[in-house]
Amino acid sequence: MSLTFRDETFRDDFTFRNSPAAIRRFPFPFDRDQYMYSVNMEPHSKGPAGSATEFPIDIDEHYVSEMRERALVLQQDPLRCQSLPHMITAEWDLVELLMTSMADSYPHWFSLSRNGNDWHWINRPLGIDQKFTFGNVATLPYPPMEYITRQCQGDFSLLDQRDDNIWMDAGIATTQADWSLDFDIGMNFMEWHAPVPFAHQMGVFERALKYLLNLQIDKPVRRLNWTMTINPRLDTSPEQYPHWGKDRTQVTAENVGDKVYLRVELQGLWRLPRSNAIVFSIRGYLASLSELATSPKWARRLSRVLKSLPDEIAEYKGLSRHRALSIAWLSQFEDDSPTSPGCGPD
Amino acid sequence: MIHAHDIRVRVTAIEEVAPRTKRFRLQAVDSSHLPQFAGGAHITVALGDDDGALRNPYTLSGSPQDRVGYEITVLRAADSRGGSAFLHEQVVLGQEVSISAPINLFPINALGRRHVLLAGGIGITPFMPITEQLIDLSQKFELHYAMRSDGAAPYETLLRSRLGHRLHVYRSDLRERINLESLLEGQPLGTHLYVCGPERLIDGAINAGKALGWPGENIHFERFAGPPPGDPFEVRLAKSSKAIAVGQHQTLLEALERAGVEPPSLCRGGACGQCEIPVIKADGELLHYDHFLSEEARSSGRSIMTCVSRFKGRELVLDF
Repeated sequence: MSLTFRDETFRDDFTFRNSPAAIRRFPFPFDRDQYMYSVNMEPHSKGPAGSATEFPIDIDEHYVSEMRERALVLQQDPLRCQSLPHMITAEWDLVELLMTSMADSYPHWFSLSRNGNDWHWINRPLGIDQKFTFGNVATLPYPPMEYITRQCQGDFSLLDQRDDNIWMDAGIATTQADWSLDFDIGMNFMEWHAPVPFAHQMGVFERALKYLLNLQIDKPVRRLNWTMTINPRLDTSPEQYPHWGKDRTQVTAENVGDKVYLRVELQGLWRLPRSNAIVFSIRGYLASLSELATSPKWARRLSRVLKSLPDEIAEYKGLSRHRALSIAWLSQFEDDSPTSPGCGPD
Repeated sequence: MIHAHDIRVRVTAIEEVAPRTKRFRLQAVDSSHLPQFAGGAHITVALGDDDGALRNPYTLSGSPQDRVGYEITVLRAADSRGGSAFLHEQVVLGQEVSISAPINLFPINALGRRHVLLAGGIGITPFMPITEQLIDLSQKFELHYAMRSDGAAPYETLLRSRLGHRLHVYRSDLRERINLESLLEGQPLGTHLYVCGPERLIDGAINAGKALGWPGENIHFERFAGPPPGDPFEVRLAKSSKAIAVGQHQTLLEALERAGVEPPSLCRGGACGQCEIPVIKADGELLHYDHFLSEEARSSGRSIMTCVSRFKGRELVLDF
């Protein structure tokens, strides 16, 4: 596969852009013109060639720059990566899951050879060649979860299962949509979802928890979630709020198309075999309104979703300040024609 | 690497490990590695010669380090609905069967500071991989193993050499009984109890724990009694408008599967809650044999767990 990794930034001068091919494969989350919460989980099965779900773990043109951004965040704030002591088995499970998946899907970039517990991992895009002993933390330069997630796009949390609940007992979050690992660590599923409006009353979390407690080995599931972000900033964490919160006040009718980004999270859930824990991956994709509008269907649908979105959800997602400007800008593509079925572009 | 479908395996060894008890070794037909599992996990095995209409769960009793083959240890049940009888009498070396990926509804609590394992007879199976794992993790634990007589239950010799003084055996022919109360009352805070065996052992442990003020979430159990046979009955499905007969030695779930309607299911032992189906009308009595529904949910009659529960009466209509 010929793919050039882009050299770009997600802060300061924000040089992040999507190539036309990356826009076409953007996992647009709306399959209809309205949005409401639901238990929208489905098997994480192989998607069409070139799509974000073609492989279990998606590596794209932003890979190298995203990994550089992750290193920067961790350097400034080491608490973005935390793991409680009983999660070490789950950490190794994650190493196996990510290394085998990346090597299987992208053999020209990653390779893994295993001889019992003697493992040899090669990551060509990042120039890493590492021999280590699986299960022995002293043989890696970082703890196992941090080691492999410094080489994999997306945030990850490791959820321990006990007492008929799941507990966020480890994770790494440097590209998050305004949630804090440092705040959530040790919480259970109901606790970390407590701030979400509507969904509790709808019974969404009870059903989702029951579903996840029964998640099976080798049968991962996925869902999409979304929000909007000003500038292509990956690190919109509560810890960094003083730096990005004010961005919302800088959206104008002139810059809205290039400044407001739809942020989609492809969330995957896998049962881990040794620890019986669950890995929850949150892989973020960004596309500006102007990039999305290269597909008029997406522009029309997004404008209708934003118009009909309940205020509570808009407020929770942090859209209230710029929702009207986004709708106004998108309205130039509104011709009242129906949108075609499915999430894909025109 | 992601298999949504069943795994084809070949039986590569059959060994009698105790009276009426056989161990089967299963290896992938294509010689690939089997999915990693942890102690407490089970697989379902498709049995019989009619497209695997019968699917029984069996605990994995081999080593989690062994990626080449799975082992299950099966007691020939006196009142077998066909599962253990089929495995014991019809399955031969080299035969191919289909299995599911491992499912773990009986895992070790990673926060436990000490683990007390309690097995009755064939209920020893999950503790084979679990003890191996606890040793690897340097966890504190002890295993209490009740059996009828010397050699009546499997793996005593192996466990003795693996566990030494951490193994306690109780033989009912010598009138040795586990004193659940004294066992549980002497345990430090943070101890977790795991019970697998006959109903009375599980109920005894739960009741003793309750009486001593143990937190409910520190007591883990796996009931491996299969669904009881019962009278045949008929069920009507409202959405797919089908009428289906459920036979005497067949579960409601199996009857639905045979009719091709693909009902949800997972553990097939009334524990996980996945196979719950809403009841529209039940002119008669719902026989709830599951461990999932609360007392209120049972008496409301609003749903039924199809993998174990049955019906007795004139008409049952399900919202499916």
